[in-house]
Amino acid sequence: MKVLPVKLPDVGEGVTEAELVEWHVKVGDIVREDDVIAAVMTDKATVEIPSLYSGKITELAGEIGQVLPIGTDLVMIETEAEEVEDQPLAPAPAETPADNGAKKPETTKSAEPKSSAQADKTAEPAQKARPRPAVSTSANAPRIEGALPMAAPSVRARARDGGIDLRQVPGTGPAGRITHQDLDAVFSRADHPAASRGPGLPRSPRIGSEEIPVVGMRRRIAERMALANARIPHITVVEEVDVTALEDLRAKLNDSRGARPKLTLLPFLAAVLARALPDHPEMNAHYDDEAGVITRHAGVNLGMATMTDAGLVVPVLRHVEALGLYDIATEIARLSEAARTSKARREELSGSTITVTSLGPLGALATTPIINPPEVAILGVNKIAMRPMWDGSQFVPRKMMNISASFDHRVIDGWNAAVFVQKIKSLLETPALIFVEV
Amino acid sequence: MRQDSCKLLILGAGPGGYVCGIRAGQLGVDTIVVEAAKPGGTCLNVGCIPSKALIHAADEFHAVRSLVGGNALGISASAPSIDLSRTMAWKDGIVRRLTGGVSGLLKKAGTRYVQGYARVLDGKSVEVTTPEGPLRIDAENIVIATGARPFELPFLPFGGPVISSTEALALPELPKRLSVVGAGYIGLEIGTAMAKLGVRVTLVEAAKSILPQYDAELSKPVLARLQALDVGLHLDAKAQGLTEDGTALRVETLGGPQEIPSDKILVTVGRAPVTTGFGLEDLGLSMTGPYIAVDRFCATSMRGVFAIGDVTGEPMLAHRAMAQGVVVAEHLAGLPTLWDKRAIPAVCFTDPEIVTVGALPGAQEGLAVTTFPLAGNGRSMTLGRSDGFVRIVHDPDSGLIAGIQAVGAGIAEMAGEFSLAIEMGATLTDIAATIHAHPTLGETTQEAALKGLGQALHI
Repeated sequence: MKVLPVKLPDVGEGVTEAELVEWHVKVGDIVREDDVIAAVMTDKATVEIPSLYSGKITELAGEIGQVLPIGTDLVMIETEAEEVEDQPLAPAPAETPADNGAKKPETTKSAEPKSSAQADKTAEPAQKARPRPAVSTSANAPRIEGALPMAAPSVRARARDGGIDLRQVPGTGPAGRITHQDLDAVFSRADHPAASRGPGLPRSPRIGSEEIPVVGMRRRIAERMALANARIPHITVVEEVDVTALEDLRAKLNDSRGARPKLTLLPFLAAVLARALPDHPEMNAHYDDEAGVITRHAGVNLGMATMTDAGLVVPVLRHVEALGLYDIATEIARLSEAARTSKARREELSGSTITVTSLGPLGALATTPIINPPEVAILGVNKIAMRPMWDGSQFVPRKMMNISASFDHRVIDGWNAAVFVQKIKSLLETPALIFVEV
Repeated sequence: MRQDSCKLLILGAGPGGYVCGIRAGQLGVDTIVVEAAKPGGTCLNVGCIPSKALIHAADEFHAVRSLVGGNALGISASAPSIDLSRTMAWKDGIVRRLTGGVSGLLKKAGTRYVQGYARVLDGKSVEVTTPEGPLRIDAENIVIATGARPFELPFLPFGGPVISSTEALALPELPKRLSVVGAGYIGLEIGTAMAKLGVRVTLVEAAKSILPQYDAELSKPVLARLQALDVGLHLDAKAQGLTEDGTALRVETLGGPQEIPSDKILVTVGRAPVTTGFGLEDLGLSMTGPYIAVDRFCATSMRGVFAIGDVTGEPMLAHRAMAQGVVVAEHLAGLPTLWDKRAIPAVCFTDPEIVTVGALPGAQEGLAVTTFPLAGNGRSMTLGRSDGFVRIVHDPDSGLIAGIQAVGAGIAEMAGEFSLAIEMGATLTDIAATIHAHPTLGETTQEAALKGLGQALHI
């Protein structure tokens, strides 16, 4: 028998530490070589760590959410002394008693007093009346007054208030009496079946709560959002945009696209920003508030807020100004796929100079986007809806869309923000302007 | 006709009705209580309270009388006399104070009180004949709390020398000879009091024993006391009626017919629920025998109609009615209350007193019994009364207490501990391990529990 560590391996170039996001094993589990024992997360990706040995887990390195340096002993595994990998059946019989060894003591313990209590019963009839745990731990302890559960009036009242049918509650008190502790146990079982509800109480409050550790990706998002919202005084401008012409153009282009990718609204937005930003260099900038420096960027690297199973990520579309509409569409599709499957490279997730956020059909009437620091502007687009618009003589149906743009008010004045939003509005409303070289 | 309306209308201001009214008022339920007689019902006016007052007066009189001549305590006293009219005035004062208290409590709770005789029109409305003329009350819910009245024997109708407990508790003077038909707890309580006041009392009971609902062990100390008080006793005997001149009770005994000369004949053969004569029968409520059938919320078979107290059957006890009243009030106020009592204590203020709570021995198979005599209790000796015992019926395996009974002078005040034990699901160990103050009669309960565990100390 030998106890060997599985160390946290080098999970990526330049990575010195990783956050523990999931344990696949617990102490006492039997693992085989290559079984996944844990998942850790780095800046880039979540990596599953396999076991190097077969054996029993005797120790775990830490709690979920803990950041561990590379090389830490992740788990300790008790292995068979010899190399026994090619005898898969051999460890099994040896492991079974070991497994039992971990769990058995409880059952053996509780079984012993029971048998001695029974011995008492026959040996000392004088002791018969003394209540014994062996009797009282049974849910169906003898209840003398018919089927009525034994419980103090306060326990009964509490059960009624909570919609619990005491007949379903095992009593652990003397003589099978249901105690407040027994009720606590029922209340803490959030998934307690409908059986726990009294017949006269069709509705009952749901009791209990669930604690979810904020770790990994979620923690990173939380920290960034908190930082952005705390540090940056946001000014949000909401404007109404008539996208009828843009939508017509998009439909025409998609009808005749052939083998080219289908165009969504996002490539047009990217093109609009690429067109507008040269006139508004203050928007395509990074503000290092600690150094007190604003860095204006020549190229437009567009961050695209993307929802993935793990949460919000922002892949970056580089040098939009150098790309055609279809190139943009192709690149967007590739990046979002990479982000969704957690395959995006580190450089594909950093370096944006301005960000676009869209919830598509869920885009609501207006939003208050949070800036992606150290950027100074973020453009949110809301849903498109057909609305009646007054054209001067009558109402006409127009496809309308709102845009909600937030700016870092420390470095962008309201007037500049308004002018920039108007510029985007005019480009979106007259899409020819995006492409015409004047 | 004047009209009124409310959410809850209670018919009867006895212990059930007035408690229901107070609790409903406290919970903000718009409530009216209608009472034909006085607030307090049978209990306060012609039952529990006046009978306890009479028993107390009789005990005092008897105590002084028993001191006449030599006694172990060394007290000398001369023969006492009693002016029963003053005794009755004292008793009436207590009753007045209590019934006045009930009116005040109802008022304080914000519940309206209407004096008058109600007639049920339908499940939502009644017409009350009040001193100010008829009043129609429409209610969302009606509670029937009309109680019970003494059962009348057809061959011994009330009137003349034949009286019920109501008249017996308001006699202007003591009869010389009193016959009591029915040796249940009411007959025994009043009969014993009369005997102590010097009346020649004869009990006539159709069953083979006094207090037929209890076992012989419980009634034996009472029987012994009756004999010591020189009370005549005819068991297995059936009253037949009055002699023609009305001065004697005709009784068919095992030894043949007898005539018992009597100035008054008290008939206490039970109480009948008041469920007819005021329109209730037209509702067609489901009945259980003569009683209104109710569920765990005291709801009857008609929606919005509830019943509490004696109209819902045995045991006809004030504290049961009160607890039912609370259930109905809280239920109608939207609280999750229901009837889930494990035990209803019953007390006979005989001499000695009897308390019973929960299961009697043999109520269920496998129950064990542990009994501790008052003779082993110091306090009972200092009170000069060591007759009686405390008896605990329990499960021999778990020690769970199923019932407690006790007989003894002053033992009625221990009823609370007995009921609490059963409601809490106590075991013998719970009582045995609880310190009971010394020297009190209550130690007997602890000793009985210890004895059941094989650990008795003082026996």
